[in-house]
Amino acid sequence: MSVSLSGVGLTHANGQVALSGIDLQVGSGERLAIIGPSGAGKTSLLRLLASNLQPSSGQLSLLDQDPWQLGARQRQQLRARIGLIHQAPPLPPRQRVVTAVLAGKLGQWSLGKSLLSLLHPVDMPGAQATLARLDLADKLFERCDQLSGGQLQRVGIARVLYQAPELILADEPVSAMDPVLAGHTLSVLNEEASRRGMTLLASLHAVELALAHFPRIIGVREGRIVFDLPPASISAAQLEALYANEQLQPLPASPATVQTSLQIPRC
Amino acid sequence: MLKPALHDPAVLPRLALTLLALLLLWPGLTLSELNLAVLFDEQNASNMGRFLADFWPLAHDREFLQLLGQATLETLAIATAGMALALLIAIPGALLASRALSLSAVHRGGRPAWWAQALRWPVRGLLIVLRSVPEIVWALLFVRAVGLGPTAGVLAIAITYSGMLGKVYAEIFESVDPRPSRALLVAGSPRLAAFAYGVLPGAAAEMLSYTVYRWECAIRASVVMGFVGAGGLGQQIDLSMRMFAGGEVASMLLTFLALVLLADQISRLLRTRLL
Repeated sequence: MSVSLSGVGLTHANGQVALSGIDLQVGSGERLAIIGPSGAGKTSLLRLLASNLQPSSGQLSLLDQDPWQLGARQRQQLRARIGLIHQAPPLPPRQRVVTAVLAGKLGQWSLGKSLLSLLHPVDMPGAQATLARLDLADKLFERCDQLSGGQLQRVGIARVLYQAPELILADEPVSAMDPVLAGHTLSVLNEEASRRGMTLLASLHAVELALAHFPRIIGVREGRIVFDLPPASISAAQLEALYANEQLQPLPASPATVQTSLQIPRC
Repeated sequence: MLKPALHDPAVLPRLALTLLALLLLWPGLTLSELNLAVLFDEQNASNMGRFLADFWPLAHDREFLQLLGQATLETLAIATAGMALALLIAIPGALLASRALSLSAVHRGGRPAWWAQALRWPVRGLLIVLRSVPEIVWALLFVRAVGLGPTAGVLAIAITYSGMLGKVYAEIFESVDPRPSRALLVAGSPRLAAFAYGVLPGAAAEMLSYTVYRWECAIRASVVMGFVGAGGLGQQIDLSMRMFAGGEVASMLLTFLALVLLADQISRLLRTRLL
């Protein structure tokens, strides 16, 4: 079992409840998408699974280990087997793309190798091959501040693919790309994950992409899992209920716009 | 009139801080006995004038220039060796004192656990002790311990400057964007690697500029320490002043200007070329 949550809740330091009563089992090699409105808790859930946040209640097990029962050293070893793709990849602006990609392996390399790689990249072919999967092979020696948002997101994906973790967590991995590129990048990610037997959990704003690329969909709303179904059995009514927003002022346009606005990738 | 909901909540603290600053300024002026009128006193002005008039013409005979060159090299050597020793203490000290590489901060929203903070305090304390005693006092101490000469200057600079560099480095590490290093720590990276890949790219330019500036300060400090016998240009200035050789003092001050200019240019070159 890659991920196992039972009754997990998360309350932020300011008392705001982000997640409550989450039960989720994800088998090894499974691929699933998390959808839901903004502020539903998708990012909190992924950060919880990356052991970037500590649950305030419930049982959490990642790759059959509870990260919060481990010592700091073992927890770092467990973290090296989990890769988190950030929505806005936190890369230093001055860093070169090749360094940013090779940084994925820092958890597995010895310190000496990591520092040596800073002087001269130790695995340029590996970094280039990973970037080539995402059509970025020509950007190998560019600086990160010269890339667009969509390119930066693909560098972030390349770093995690280069890390080759057993569990990939992706937080809106294609939000800054145009719809065609977003679809292509998601299929590359899915292909790599299933070819190498990695477990993949991705949160997505574009419902169409989630339904098209993932065999299992989880709907999250107000910190709870609303449904956990294969895409074929999700009804339009369920989706509408998931995204219903009573706080928004109704637009003068027809209610059909709600459906189309979901397809626009967020920047 | 604005609605009460639109009041800036920062207004009161800012007002209080401004008032506090004004209140603190007045006792500061009285306690330091600042009185600009003495500058315009007839007697004092003519005294200063005579002192300055001695500065011209500059001393430039062959023997003096040779002495000057040697003293300049000695000053540069004291400053550079002192900085190198200081870096040996400052870099590990900064890494230990900084919160930027805290593992416990990763899952606590950037705030390290209390016991981790408590462990940083002894290191911070050591850096404070190192820099709180002025280098001139250390120099006086070491002149007694190792005798007159540059060694005392090198040791004094190494001790004081390691405290300053360590403190400022630690603060630079904390001021750069913490997200890259945290992302690396969450991906299982060891802390030193996360520092090299996540913090250093953002901190390098500022560290470099501060280090070169401190080197410049070390040159100046080595001159002041020369007055107490720690070698270099300072010792020569002291001798020349005692002999009322104003021209020699002026030549040495000009050399000084050239050294500071040099440090400035090195800093600019390194910042544009290397980064």
